[in-house]
Amino acid sequence: IYQLKNNAKLDVGVVLLTTHRLIWRDHKNHECCIALSLSQIIYFEEQAAGIGKSAKIVIHLYPVTANKEPGPYQQSKFPYIKLSFKEHGQIEFFRRLTEEMTQKRWETPVPQTISTATGSQTGKTRAVGIVGIERKIEQKRKETEQNISEAFEDLSQLMVKAKEMVELSRSIANKIKDKHGDITEDETIRFKSYLLSMGIANPVTRETHGSGTNYHMQLAKQLGDMLLAPLEERGGMMALTEVYCLVNRARGMELLSPEDLVNACKMFESMQLPLRLRVFDSGVMVVQLQSHSEEEMIASALDNVTDKGSLTSEEFAKLLGLSVLLSKERLLLAEKMGHLCRDDSVEGLRFYPNLF
Amino acid sequence: MSFEWPWQYNFPPFFTLQPNVDTRQKQLAAWCSLALAYCRHHKLYTLDVMESQESPVFNNKKIERKLSTEAIQVVFEELRKKGNLDWLDKNKSRCLVMWRRPEEWGKLIYQWVSKVGMINSVFTLYELSNGDDTEGEEFHGLEEWILLRSFKGVKFF
Repeated sequence: IYQLKNNAKLDVGVVLLTTHRLIWRDHKNHECCIALSLSQIIYFEEQAAGIGKSAKIVIHLYPVTANKEPGPYQQSKFPYIKLSFKEHGQIEFFRRLTEEMTQKRWETPVPQTISTATGSQTGKTRAVGIVGIERKIEQKRKETEQNISEAFEDLSQLMVKAKEMVELSRSIANKIKDKHGDITEDETIRFKSYLLSMGIANPVTRETHGSGTNYHMQLAKQLGDMLLAPLEERGGMMALTEVYCLVNRARGMELLSPEDLVNACKMFESMQLPLRLRVFDSGVMVVQLQSHSEEEMIASALDNVTDKGSLTSEEFAKLLGLSVLLSKERLLLAEKMGHLCRDDSVEGLRFYPNLF
Repeated sequence: MSFEWPWQYNFPPFFTLQPNVDTRQKQLAAWCSLALAYCRHHKLYTLDVMESQESPVFNNKKIERKLSTEAIQVVFEELRKKGNLDWLDKNKSRCLVMWRRPEEWGKLIYQWVSKVGMINSVFTLYELSNGDDTEGEEFHGLEEWILLRSFKGVKFF
């Protein structure tokens, strides 16, 4: 290391460059070690080697500050020092020094967190206490959000496709409407039934929903014919699930969706068919004959119960040949009307004639 | 004289709180009168909710039916509304049963006092409830707190 025109005692040694400082270590005297803070360097340049001269790097320094640590020169008269590279390494060193100077890493502030930064994958600093917990929750939430959005990416693709499908079917349906004469009634109905069975709502259906579509009406008529016999067999009442199974088994190929069935059943009354769709308080839906009178049923239920003293819904079902669900509904209805009362115990639910 | 159980006591549905409103009214009325009659018969003045679950009133071992805790609470609430029951503590675990309301007691005592011509004389509470003179009267053995309450309604000097 030279200082201008001053042959330093510092002759042979090793220069080390860190992110914050320039350190010079004497080769002979290992205890001698000088550090120069990089922030002190204003500017540096290189001087090429010449004959008899070695390559040098000249480092211009800031004027010395008051709190400068003790070093070989407490105060230099001269504003720069020269590093002489007698062996080699000057180019590399120059490059590195340039890098460090541009990065100026000594200028980044030390993080204010209490504990030391862990090298976690996310690179977040760990904090203790409530702040830490909050941060963890936030982090978790972000992760979940990301997972969900990733998972649904496929779905959004599907939705885009479905939208196209709906548009297509809508346009075709409109064309059918316009060209009404060109396509036969049959085909129209069939096409619409395909659309409905695919679950794509037909705009024609929506518009005419108040009076019901042709499709549902036809269906209702068909059901009316078909269900009369089974209903008689079962004492005039069938749960909608049973109807669904029967109907689809009979149709074989073109099955009905539950929605279609319900919509068709709702039209029984308006089409003056001898069937009715009925919904109980508990939500159970049944199809029953119009001629089926509820009072009669309840009166007969009361008789049955009085005969046997008391009945559970299973026993009642067996007695009448009804399904357990329907028999329970009937008993509950009788209770609501005050003819029966209940006995709820570990043995099960029994119904007694209301003697109160 | 043993206690006579009403017909409902052996009717299993009696022990299930009926959902049908009309039926429930009748059921609760029957329970109230049963509870009061039982207390009157055995001269019980306080009831503990936990104990009463096991007592023969709410628990019929013969038909293996008993009232659930919720149902017992409903019955007690019904009694309270009628004025026959008072809760001793906030948690509703102990209650005072007045199978005769305090006003009725007051009237009875007054009648007895006038019968024996002792109006305008001084009585101690103890005399009234445990004195030899009152033996055979219904209010003999009446506990102090209910005597006190009965006097609230009636004017005594």
